[in-house]
Amino acid sequence: MSNEASMDITCQELVELVTDYLEGALSHEDRTRFEQHLVMCGGCKEYLREMRKTIAISRKLSDEDLPANVRDDLLALFRKWKAGSLR
Amino acid sequence: MSLVERHHRAMVRLAGAYVPSAVAEEVAQEAWIGVVKGLHKFEGRSSLKAWIFRILINCAQFRGLREARAVPFSALECDAQDRAVPEERFLDAEHPRWPGHWAKYPEPWSDQRLISNETLAMVANAMEGLPLTQREVMRLRDVEGWTSAEVCEALEISEANQRVLLHRARSKVRRAIEPYMSGGEAP
Repeated sequence: MSNEASMDITCQELVELVTDYLEGALSHEDRTRFEQHLVMCGGCKEYLREMRKTIAISRKLSDEDLPANVRDDLLALFRKWKAGSLR
Repeated sequence: MSLVERHHRAMVRLAGAYVPSAVAEEVAQEAWIGVVKGLHKFEGRSSLKAWIFRILINCAQFRGLREARAVPFSALECDAQDRAVPEERFLDAEHPRWPGHWAKYPEPWSDQRLISNETLAMVANAMEGLPLTQREVMRLRDVEGWTSAEVCEALEISEANQRVLLHRARSKVRRAIEPYMSGGEAP
């Protein structure tokens, strides 16, 4: 936090811009300010890292495998539909 | 069947935002019935995935109403609770040199805890506690890995609203796991 002149956004503002930053939704100017702030500020660098980690962890909550009983139920449903017995 | 395999779990999880989890599976099945019955009406104006989830959400909302558990689409206004980081973590606006800067930097997170089951459970738990729309957006984006365009289409919200909801959701989840990730005891 040594170069005051280049830090025209505060840490408190930066934490509210993190998602827009990650989504690529910041204007070119704001993006530059954001990145300049990061270079100067270890706290915000850590904060951004933590947001990225939070996203990475939540990705692991996805379970791709369909349990066998659900699969069977759905197959039965589709068979009924094909046979035309579904109203 | 691959279409079902690809989406069914995600549909059950999303339905769980509207109805008790015991009913979520049933709602997803209802939605599939809606999909197969309505397939001839699918016009390709949206992606098939968005269309399927639209049907799911309609089924879930309808069932949610019936079970009197429907949650209204929460407004987007901001209150203190929606701050990404509590105010007191920053130096106040009157600070002579560093107004709005960290009073104390966030502690680095433990790499070991990044991959632990406790952490996963904590994130799942934190997401459960989110308001419905925030939970839906974070689930589709971060858990299911959808693009923002897909989420906007399925939930019929604007890109800007989607970002606000996603931001609040992620920020709250980060806050919920922060004490543990930076070395605290599991709650």
